[in-house]
Amino acid sequence: MKAADIQIRGDGRLRHFLSTEGLTRELLTEVLDTAESFAGVTEQSVKKVPLLRGKTIVNLFFEASTRTRTTFELAAKRLSADVLNINVTASSAVKGETLLDTLRNLQAMHVDMFVVRHTDSGTAHFIARHVQPHVSVINAGDGRHAHPTQAMLDMFTIRREKGADFGRLTVAIVGDIAHSRVARSQIHALNLLNTGDVRIVAPRTLIPSHVESLGVRVFHDLREGLRDADVVIMLRLQRERMLGALLPSEHEYYQLYGLTEEKLSIARPDVTVMHPGPINRGVEMDSRVADGPRSVILQQVTHGIAVRMAVMSMVMQQNTTMQEPHA
Amino acid sequence: MPDPRIRISGGRLIDPANSVDELLDICVANGRVVAVGQCADDFSADIELDASGLHVIPGLIDLNTRLREPGEEFKATIDSECRAAAAGGITTLCCPPDTDPVIDTPAVIELIRHRAQQTGAARVVSLGALTRGLEGEHLSEMAALQRAGCVGVSNALKPLASTYIQRRAFEYAATFGLTVFLHAEDTALSAKGCMHEGNLSTRLGLPGIPEAAETVAVARDLALIEQTGVRAHFCRLTTQRAVRMVARARFDGVPVSADVAIPNLYLSELDTIDFGADYHFIPPLRTQEDRDGLLEGLQRGVLSALCSDHQPHEADAKLAPFPATEPGASGLDSLLSLTLKLVEENHLLLPDAIARVTSGPASILNIPYGELSIGRAADICILDPGATWRLDETSMHSQGKNTPFRGWELSGRVRYTLRDGHIIFSSDDS
Repeated sequence: MKAADIQIRGDGRLRHFLSTEGLTRELLTEVLDTAESFAGVTEQSVKKVPLLRGKTIVNLFFEASTRTRTTFELAAKRLSADVLNINVTASSAVKGETLLDTLRNLQAMHVDMFVVRHTDSGTAHFIARHVQPHVSVINAGDGRHAHPTQAMLDMFTIRREKGADFGRLTVAIVGDIAHSRVARSQIHALNLLNTGDVRIVAPRTLIPSHVESLGVRVFHDLREGLRDADVVIMLRLQRERMLGALLPSEHEYYQLYGLTEEKLSIARPDVTVMHPGPINRGVEMDSRVADGPRSVILQQVTHGIAVRMAVMSMVMQQNTTMQEPHA
Repeated sequence: MPDPRIRISGGRLIDPANSVDELLDICVANGRVVAVGQCADDFSADIELDASGLHVIPGLIDLNTRLREPGEEFKATIDSECRAAAAGGITTLCCPPDTDPVIDTPAVIELIRHRAQQTGAARVVSLGALTRGLEGEHLSEMAALQRAGCVGVSNALKPLASTYIQRRAFEYAATFGLTVFLHAEDTALSAKGCMHEGNLSTRLGLPGIPEAAETVAVARDLALIEQTGVRAHFCRLTTQRAVRMVARARFDGVPVSADVAIPNLYLSELDTIDFGADYHFIPPLRTQEDRDGLLEGLQRGVLSALCSDHQPHEADAKLAPFPATEPGASGLDSLLSLTLKLVEENHLLLPDAIARVTSGPASILNIPYGELSIGRAADICILDPGATWRLDETSMHSQGKNTPFRGWELSGRVRYTLRDGHIIFSSDDS
């Protein structure tokens, strides 16, 4: 019994997209290939395809987000779906309505897909377990657990930069692994794609227990962790983590783990620098690196639309064909 | 109703407190055991119970039962749970003080006892609050609580923040010979955790509760128990290391005992892999090594009791994302069968397993039950060890249907439960 099983249909295709853990290399590659085909669409002057015409997608966000919600919305619109944005913190939750009530009410409006973000780990799985059979769920971030579309847009970016052979790559993820759903999803995706060396770099206070079991090598020294790296992924450090028991100061964190041009020179000359955003300039990384020639941070945002289009079309694919006889 | 005269004949009588395990009859009159073995020639029974092929054991005693009344009657009531207990062969329940209102006045103890008596099912004994309102600041009126019948004191799931107040509370309890019941948790370390901190909490991104949240609390509590000389009991230990610490303290003569909750013997952190809310427990399910350590502690008698840690909930309490669900499982229905399963799986001998739910908890609570001695209250469970049943919503008697053991095929069905010499449950009626 694995956490990810409910996201796969009997025939091996995607039903929900909840976590990169538990998926197969073939499915991840299919997401990347499909995203590649949509990347062309987003670059055309008419940026729409009719794949999800007539479908209703609800962005159900229980936690603030600008970029992720916007790119999901754009992705849905470019697939010709109708999109409804619901910010639950501001509506039902304060009236005491349970999550399940909210879900059932929306389902009664004949929704086809929920894109869900929530502060509690496991929320997307919970919702997936309670939706009607024709409804799909995409996880847009749950607690510290998973943020699989972010991980896939990162994989997409790496593949475009470095080619499809992940086996020869060394990828270093630097920063607050303990509180990062992005890092967890990236680690599973990198390992499924057979990445040669997956490293994490952080002080002990920002590394969760037994993290090696996820298939990573742990470094506490940024210079050692960066040595010969092909890809460096910097994680966002929440400001509240810097004052308290996890870190002594912003200053010391930047000294030890902030990415500067000088430290970056230890990595391979063609190193790619990534960040899921939004960046804390002068905390995780120097502006010269963020805006420098090795940075692909803005490309990541662009790729986010194509990857989310790919995932949305894949989970709805089966539903579309299943419903055709009744149409 | 006059006390019936009852003869239970032909059964295998297992009474660990008296080291009895043989085919013996037992006679009951005036609510008490009047004969074991041969009944007096002139004993004329009002009720003859044929126990051929059945086990006759002392009524079970559950150390930790949340009745939910007063305060949360939408989850369960004293009536519903005392009846469920009787159906599960349990004759005495121990209710912790975190009801609403808190058990910090004699009136609440009296209310609970009165309601329980009205049910005519299991008996309820209460733990009084260690501090007023469980707020950890003022001592409760322990002498008054003791006079009202409380069998010990506890701060339930709210460990004291101040070691100073803890020391004084222990001293005050020791003044009256009251046992202190402890939930070993360092709340600064457990923080907002909702499962064991380890490999799986990392994968699921769920805030973890480190082992040290328990061991640090046990170390601190043991130091204060030694300092004050109070008699103390650790409720529901979950880690192998904590069991070893308690074993060492007992070896050194510290007056301390400990128990384990049934779910921690069958389940581990790995069961939460699917975010299943039925596996949400506080204290949490730990590792498989911890489970082995708990079983070993149970075998060696360091853990001298098993409890259901009964926490019935309404369905909605478990219908949410894992961290937002309420912890705990409904356990009265499965206590007996899951205790017997430890024998089937060769972890315990049958008399030892029965001792852990009868004489063991009786001695922790210092109450005169859990044994079939002549003159003692006739609290008796008669069970069919071979009968199997399936645990599910329809077979459960508790109002709370939340259980991680749903669908398990279990053996051991209660045929009759007697409390104070009255039949309070008969499988013929259900």
